[in-house]
Amino acid sequence: MKIVTICGAGIGSSGILKVNAERVLRKLDITADVVAADIASVREVAADAQVILTSAEFVEAIGKTFADVIVIQNYFDTAELTAKLEAALG
Amino acid sequence: MSLPSLPKSAIVIAAEAADWRAAVTLAGEALAESGAARPAYSAEMIRMIEEHGPYVVIAPGLALAHARPGPEVLADGLSIVTLATPVNFGHPYNDPVRVVLGLAVTSSSEHLAAVAAVANVFNDSTAISDLAAATSADEVQKIMGL
Repeated sequence: MKIVTICGAGIGSSGILKVNAERVLRKLDITADVVAADIASVREVAADAQVILTSAEFVEAIGKTFADVIVIQNYFDTAELTAKLEAALG
Repeated sequence: MSLPSLPKSAIVIAAEAADWRAAVTLAGEALAESGAARPAYSAEMIRMIEEHGPYVVIAPGLALAHARPGPEVLADGLSIVTLATPVNFGHPYNDPVRVVLGLAVTSSSEHLAAVAAVANVFNDSTAISDLAAATSADEVQKIMGL
């Protein structure tokens, strides 16, 4: 499974989301490849992704996709990440 | 996993900022002060927010200001600015911002270890309010695990 985290620069916020998503997935015992990318490369990077994690600001720019687009409010709240990932993948 | 360099020169306590641009500029000036970025990096960070919106407010009260690696970045580094009066960035859930982190990275492929260290600190849900309440650079470094 592939999960893509998206932010404006592809560093910083998407990196934090990637690190915390990997932590949560380990706890949920789910194996996935988590990739951080910038919004400009979302089409290419997320073409084969099941889930896109991002902020509300990027939903429109991500546009049409086969992936589940999940909006995260607090990037450090692993409880929020766990609930939303479980809902999408469970 | 180690945090990007955060010397005392990159820490500003209880700063006054009229708006989010001023707050991000302070974080950029602190990165310039510590030698992690050129002064023009502030404008790069502001442009990211103008272009993509206030998504850098990644948790209640905390903005992670950053731009891409580029000529304005001199070394991996972090700056921390706490605000005397919180400012709004226009974020739907996480305003107002009390703490601005400035992040400069030289290479996007190698930034993840640094970012993971930042995530470690803030996965402790009290870290943001502890930083906002800190009264010295020493205290800030201690909260950041240095």
